[in-house]
Amino acid sequence: MAKTMFEKIWDRHVVLERDDGQVLLYIDRHLCHDGSRAGFTKLKSLGLKLRRPEQTFATPDHYRPSTVKTVAQIEDPTMRGILEQLVANAAEFGIHHFGLDSGKQGIAHVVGPELGITLPGILLVCGDSHTATHGALGAFAFGIGASEVAHVMATQTLWQRKPKSMRITVDGALGFGVAAKDVILAIIGQIGTAGATGHAVEYAGSVIRDMGMEGRMTICNMTIEAGGRAGMIAPDDKTLAYCKGREFAPKGADWDAAVEYWKTLPSDADAVFDTDIAVDGDAIAPMVTWGTSPENVVPVTGAVPDPVAEPDPVKRKSLEGALAYMDLKPGTRMTDIAVDKVFIGSCTNGRIEDLRIAAKVAKGRRAAVATLIVPGSTLVKRQAEAEGLDRIFIDAGMEWRESACSMCVAQNGDYLEPGKRSASTSNRNFMGRQGEGGRTHLVGPAMAAAAAVTGRITDVRQMMEEN
Amino acid sequence: MDAFTTFTAVAVPLDAANVDTDQIIPAPFLSRPRADGYRDLLFYRVRRDADGEMNPDFTLNQDAYKDAGIIVADRNFGCGSSRENAAWTLLDNGFRSVIAPSFGDIHYNNQMNNGMVPVILPDAVCATIRAQLHAGPGARITVDLQSNRVTGPDGTKYEFAIPEFNRYRLLEGLDDIAMTLDLEADIAACEARRRAQEGWLFR
Ligand code: SF4
Repeated sequence: MAKTMFEKIWDRHVVLERDDGQVLLYIDRHLCHDGSRAGFTKLKSLGLKLRRPEQTFATPDHYRPSTVKTVAQIEDPTMRGILEQLVANAAEFGIHHFGLDSGKQGIAHVVGPELGITLPGILLVCGDSHTATHGALGAFAFGIGASEVAHVMATQTLWQRKPKSMRITVDGALGFGVAAKDVILAIIGQIGTAGATGHAVEYAGSVIRDMGMEGRMTICNMTIEAGGRAGMIAPDDKTLAYCKGREFAPKGADWDAAVEYWKTLPSDADAVFDTDIAVDGDAIAPMVTWGTSPENVVPVTGAVPDPVAEPDPVKRKSLEGALAYMDLKPGTRMTDIAVDKVFIGSCTNGRIEDLRIAAKVAKGRRAAVATLIVPGSTLVKRQAEAEGLDRIFIDAGMEWRESACSMCVAQNGDYLEPGKRSASTSNRNFMGRQGEGGRTHLVGPAMAAAAAVTGRITDVRQMMEEN
Repeated sequence: MDAFTTFTAVAVPLDAANVDTDQIIPAPFLSRPRADGYRDLLFYRVRRDADGEMNPDFTLNQDAYKDAGIIVADRNFGCGSSRENAAWTLLDNGFRSVIAPSFGDIHYNNQMNNGMVPVILPDAVCATIRAQLHAGPGARITVDLQSNRVTGPDGTKYEFAIPEFNRYRLLEGLDDIAMTLDLEADIAACEARRRAQEGWLFR
């Protein structure tokens, strides 16, 4: 019978299926971060060891201040304590750990792919909702809670119900100045933040095929913002080229065997998905959110919508709430909105390609507002410095920081002040997400750089034409 | 975790859709150890006004709901971050059940892994119950996991579905790690198979 890629990977990982339909799945690789403490604590309280420490990888990201190079330099005792605890737990349980001194630290979802921990066909979990990112390489990857983290540590397995399958096909070709972030924001705008709930989503179509690996990761990353359990993209030659030679990727004869297997992964031509959605790639413009949910999104050429036009009373009420929180009036043109701060980074847009795009816009210009550039990993930072991107940002008056989650979630000392407004390349514009009372407009890296130099939401396409 | 059979409590209506876990507990509090308790953190920001005072308009702040143990919410409750702290915060405030038309997937599992029962009922039913609760603040609801039924404020009974595996664990108060460790032979067999299939993952 014809199978989807998701079903092929799922079937290979079934340990057993109970009569009630609950399935025990084998976990190939488990990513941990500095927020995974509760898992270790529970394991200790049960007197258990990790079943497969070799398959467990950890790196600090949420609590790592973007201003320090070593754990000892962290002034805040809570943050320092949490990073020290990860070092201690990693040593005690014998897992791989990429600490601040390793040169490989970074946001778990950036580190996984770049070290070859993430590979096509594997089942990967992490105690973080943006684990969907890893599906860009053709893996089945999803976020789990703290109890589940402890379960994976103790048993290398997880109980799951099989999600439904969804295919989102983005055909056509992206217009000038339009990139991955705009595509996923447009998708979320179309299907809503609960549009993919309970589904493993496969992205397909010419726009996805033409996209580079970093862009694909941006797309899969925000699948959770559409409610999806996992996002996936079939591996192709770009995926193979990306994986080859990475530290934890197969080598030599293993590589050949792996490639042979990976080529069987794409969904069969006649495979049937529970839900099929088509998105017109030609119609996508650079996108900006105006509200407090990623589905509150419009093209940069648009305006803040009027809740009166919303027929559904529940939605109307939430739109009104969002407008009040964001202090915006219906009808305001997006390009008339001034910002106080710009953040370029996160597991959505903190990769080298994102920094290259932002640098292109920043080059030879000056930031009009405070701008934080926070690479997604230490390796990304080094690569950017080797390419001279750091100079471009610094010359533009922007801050060049150490890799961390930073202002995406405001747990490391970087935050948006109350009442202030940001253009941010992260993934959540929730109330208070970037700091209490902070107002977030989600955009792609080019748009963020454009907002940085003009001090307001700007259609980057005009600036790119100037280039 | 505590077993859940049947639970009757004052229910509080929350009208907003897409209540994300950042609202349930803001990120700056996530560094607090579980053992220190989360009672003071539920909806920490949403329930306060700009000056940090409790906003009397926020339903949960009203007197009638101070002993509430059930939330009747709107669509996509608990979307966003995977933070299990959201379930802990609800639990530490006496909430054992949330009724909503839909939930964020991860939070749905997190509730069940902490002895809570997330109940999915249709949009219209949730809206009806919320309206009844607004009309009679302090009304009680029963969530009966043995019969998979919710009894609304007016005595109407609604059937709900919940994964059988989780229902069984909740009724017995079973932690799944111990259960899974009993399946060692099956896990070892699957692991051996994975080694044969994709040996490079084990080198
Ligand atoms: S960058 Fe933001 S979304 Fe990504 S893992 Fe860190 S906190 Fe979560």
